[in-house]
Amino acid sequence: MTNLATRNLKAASLWAFIVLIFVLVPVLSTSSYQVNLACHVLIWSLFAVSFNMLWGVTGMLSLGQALYYGLGAYSVGLMVDHLGRQWYLPAMGLGVLAAAALALLLGLLVIRVGGVYFTMLTLAFAQLGWQITFKWYDFTGGDDGIQGIIPPGILESGTVYYYFVLAVVMLSIWVLKRMAFSPFGLVLRCVQQNPDRVRFLGRRVRRNQLRVYVISSLFSALAGSLMAGVDGSIHTDMLFWTTSGEVILMSVLGGINQFFGPFVGATVIILIEDLVGARTEYWSLIIGIIIMVIVLVFPKGVVGEAMRAKSLLTRTGAGR
Amino acid sequence: MTPMLQLDAVDKAFGGLRVTSNVSFSVMPGEISAIIGPNGAGKTTLFNQITGHLLCDRGAILFQGENLVGKPPRQIVARGIGRAFQIASIFPDETVLDNIRVACLSKLGETRKYWRHVADFKRATDEAHAILDSLGLDGQSERPAFELAHGDQKLLDIGIALALKPKLLLLDEPTAGMSPDERQQTRELIKQLWKSYDLTLVFIEHDMDMVFGIAQVVRVLQQGALLAEGTPEEIRANKQVITAYLGEDF
Repeated sequence: MTNLATRNLKAASLWAFIVLIFVLVPVLSTSSYQVNLACHVLIWSLFAVSFNMLWGVTGMLSLGQALYYGLGAYSVGLMVDHLGRQWYLPAMGLGVLAAAALALLLGLLVIRVGGVYFTMLTLAFAQLGWQITFKWYDFTGGDDGIQGIIPPGILESGTVYYYFVLAVVMLSIWVLKRMAFSPFGLVLRCVQQNPDRVRFLGRRVRRNQLRVYVISSLFSALAGSLMAGVDGSIHTDMLFWTTSGEVILMSVLGGINQFFGPFVGATVIILIEDLVGARTEYWSLIIGIIIMVIVLVFPKGVVGEAMRAKSLLTRTGAGR
Repeated sequence: MTPMLQLDAVDKAFGGLRVTSNVSFSVMPGEISAIIGPNGAGKTTLFNQITGHLLCDRGAILFQGENLVGKPPRQIVARGIGRAFQIASIFPDETVLDNIRVACLSKLGETRKYWRHVADFKRATDEAHAILDSLGLDGQSERPAFELAHGDQKLLDIGIALALKPKLLLLDEPTAGMSPDERQQTRELIKQLWKSYDLTLVFIEHDMDMVFGIAQVVRVLQQGALLAEGTPEEIRANKQVITAYLGEDF
């Protein structure tokens, strides 16, 4: 029981610390730009963590989560554009529901194949979604994207919207974390490590893969719908494969075997992109080099290596 | 008494190669028995057919009177057949405890709980500790499974099977790759598990001390066919078995 209490206390204090830092951002920041940046960090973190439920936890490398991210964003963008601002929040809910429905449908197709075929199929469907959004100019605005998406009521204020994003993201990540360490999450990790044995525990492998695919997609859409209000504009790039690639990068960088790895990875990448992007036009080259170095120095990701260092230290500390 | 397991003229061929051919025998409830035979005799194939990993070309496999042929492994395990594999089939990155606990959760029908931490499932956790205790692995419960010694990984595999509360337990070479000391310990342990968990147990083994030490019935497979079946004494004296497998100086 002591173990359990310690575990809960440790987890709670970690949460409190992370939330406190983000709560203080608008207070301590010197410009609205910094708040906007923190918003990007939060939303990408949610996107990356939900993606990693698929990859790091269950071992399903999707190269198509941008489809759901974009679906969430365009649900909000289109409804606000066509029906008005009061539809902002309902549109978020509808986007999430639509993503869950689409994920269920596509999931039935894509989880029938494993490994690289799964990756390629998810990529193909996401690129299809991108093409439709890109070409269907009359409805989606094509490559003009959608501008002037302003959240309703008090959410119009950048600071209030920031706290709204903070609350939704933290709540979502908390829910995902509970799932990751529940019996369901344990089965997902087992599916990754030894699917045949999972079947011989009497569990259905594909059914569980489908469940996590829907859950991951639903939270990806939620992240996308939050993003629509941050800059007030959305663009077809949100559905492009490079967006899916970015969350993969964030997960690798932070460490795919740690729940908070993608969170840290997203934070690092967004901050690096911002810092380097402000100083040189060759920013993608610099970022590429920085990321390569980090991946080489921390093969298990930033959080993964930190945890390893910690366990090594505590072992020597025990000093038998 | 109805047999626990009954094989009736079971066949399996890969292309032109008949791996099991016309195998028939009955395993009685509570029996501990061994299947022996040279490499390639079809022993593991037979297990794969029983557990639904391979389909039977012909014949029937009855478990407590019900035909299992055509059912997937998932349904067969649910009916009460457990199995440990020749190469330990475990979840390497999970802790030793979680390897067993996931099986306990599965048996208790709690794998679709999304909210509470696995450690808060007290019944599954207690059961898992009890199983680890009976295997002598409880001291290592918080280590990741891949860190365990080879022999302990094989025991863990058996533990996963036990957690599903099988009526019939199939062990595929439980002592393969172990040192002589470990073999002896494992032999005693398996006998003990058979008694304390009230199992019907069938094991494949090349270790003759184990076969003749703890099996009540020994069945000999050769080139896919059942060559002989009997008590250890009968098998030891069987001329055909001596020629085919045991050798003259056994």
